[in-house]
Amino acid sequence: MKQEPLLQVNGLCVEFSTKNGSVRVLNQLDLHLLPGEALGIVGESGCGKSMTALSIMRLVPTPPGEISNGQILLNGDDVLQLTESQMEDIRGNEISMIFQEPMTSLNPVFTIGSQVSENIRRHQSANTSQAKEKTIQMLEAVGIPAPELRIDQYPHELSGGMRQRVMIAMALSCQPSVLIADEPTTALDVTIQAQIFELLRKIQEEMATSVILITHDMSVIAEFADRVIVMYAGRKVEEGLVRDIIDNSCHPYTQGLINCVPVLKRDPGLKRVELNEIPGVVPNLAQLGPGCSFAPRCHKVVDRCYQEMPPEQQVGENHYASCWRVGDAA
Amino acid sequence: MNNRQELNPMVRPDRPVVELWLMFFANKAAVLGLVLWLLVVFTAVFGLTIYTGDPFEMVGAPMTPPGAEFLLGTDYLGRDVLTGIIHGASITLAIGFSATICTVIIGVVIGVLAGYYGRWVDNLLMRVTEFFQVLPPMLFVMVLISLFTPSIYLIVLAIAVVSWTGMARLTRAEFLKIKELEYVTAERAMGARNASIMAKVILPNALPPLIVAVALNVGTAILFEAALSFLGLGDPNAYSWGYMIGSSREYIWDSWWTITFPGFAIFLTVLGVSLIGDGLNDALNPKLREL
Repeated sequence: MKQEPLLQVNGLCVEFSTKNGSVRVLNQLDLHLLPGEALGIVGESGCGKSMTALSIMRLVPTPPGEISNGQILLNGDDVLQLTESQMEDIRGNEISMIFQEPMTSLNPVFTIGSQVSENIRRHQSANTSQAKEKTIQMLEAVGIPAPELRIDQYPHELSGGMRQRVMIAMALSCQPSVLIADEPTTALDVTIQAQIFELLRKIQEEMATSVILITHDMSVIAEFADRVIVMYAGRKVEEGLVRDIIDNSCHPYTQGLINCVPVLKRDPGLKRVELNEIPGVVPNLAQLGPGCSFAPRCHKVVDRCYQEMPPEQQVGENHYASCWRVGDAA
Repeated sequence: MNNRQELNPMVRPDRPVVELWLMFFANKAAVLGLVLWLLVVFTAVFGLTIYTGDPFEMVGAPMTPPGAEFLLGTDYLGRDVLTGIIHGASITLAIGFSATICTVIIGVVIGVLAGYYGRWVDNLLMRVTEFFQVLPPMLFVMVLISLFTPSIYLIVLAIAVVSWTGMARLTRAEFLKIKELEYVTAERAMGARNASIMAKVILPNALPPLIVAVALNVGTAILFEAALSFLGLGDPNAYSWGYMIGSSREYIWDSWWTITFPGFAIFLTVLGVSLIGDGLNDALNPKLREL
């Protein structure tokens, strides 16, 4: 059974012009999102995962950034061809986004109720009292206690977890078909993190919203996503269902990310648990060679990796990886 | 997993506006400024109904010293100084306020556009601003006024034309800072349009320093008008405090009261507005808040 994708990104390239010429922060990125699916995008800082989100929203800061190539099809229409005012109707309505820092993502001078209802009134024909009613409903749906009292509170009166719930309520207030969550729990406590994911999952099921979850944390991916895209230096290096990626990853970078997740079990013989790391740092995007950008940090590297960019190969059903060593014995 | 707890009666911090006023009223100097201003406004609004009379009318002997007949004396034409001060209050306030309103409109519009759109818009508008900034303001006002017939409207406009640059730079600086903040991006991600981001998201957050600047601007505008009238460039039909000082300046050795009382009125009014401005500055600055 082949489902039509809700969102499809083809060959997306984003370039930033710097003093030393233009730098490609996203390079030939392809991805698709099926209806009702939770897609995880994982990678280190600077790998282009947030830029992917901003490109889909068409919020890449221009200049210096520019979407230089590619297509972003939402229900078959290319959003890159839309006018700015058509795009404004899509943002917050068809595609919504929640951000990393709930502490600073709400306007400090307005009450949360007015901010949520503002968004409802922006995209839907609702009068003040209808919008207020809808706001209370939405706040209720994201698990904010006593929403009829909370709507008159200012952001600084709420905790980080509560503010992130408000952000989610605002993002979902117009029933978007796609919700992009850019590291929604990075700034929150672990306990709150679990609650937020529980909430996102519940909402995803109830409202049939597709979610793109952007994170650097493999454990979050394992917990939440259906399918995963692993990115490195502006490229997709591996893609597959979450169980294939976790149990059977093919790309050394993915394996490295999985090994980095700390384990709570302690070996009684050892004083301290060894933490795993991927040696080296993320490369400077302005100085990439012709080969695989992960090669300098890779423990399986061969000469060919430095000379030629590995193509994407299918390694299983819905499972793709870009590595010359795919299939070689580990 | 919606384990709802009964919400305790919420212990809520004061609303921002309430907090601002509490801070303001805790500041003795600011309260003094406010009292001075209320006095001036009261005089301007109700003074004429209580103390009637035409300030241009000669009511007594010229240069009568202050005393029982004329509380503050008369000037070289026999005009009552007290009547003049009461009349002057409304003219002075009207000019101070309207010049400030014009200043704010010009300055904020230019600052918002430059700060928000950046790039060539910013470049262009800032070069224009700099052009106005390098002109000596007093001289520029005098040129503007001598080109046309002096009237209150012209004076108001001329004061605004030389004072908007500071307001524009301040607004631009605030916009440059705030437009990079996350809630602006978040708002844009919710589909807000440029106009709505400027007016509803950034401007309200840029207000605190602007409010202070506006308060101080009222004082500057009043001083400007006084200086112009003193030089004889004011509206001859507007009996402002500056006009009183200007018209009597040749008799300063013979009748000190004709200059001292209007001068004192200007001093107290400008002092009041400065104290209010400082008080607002302290109250609006979160770093000075007592915890």
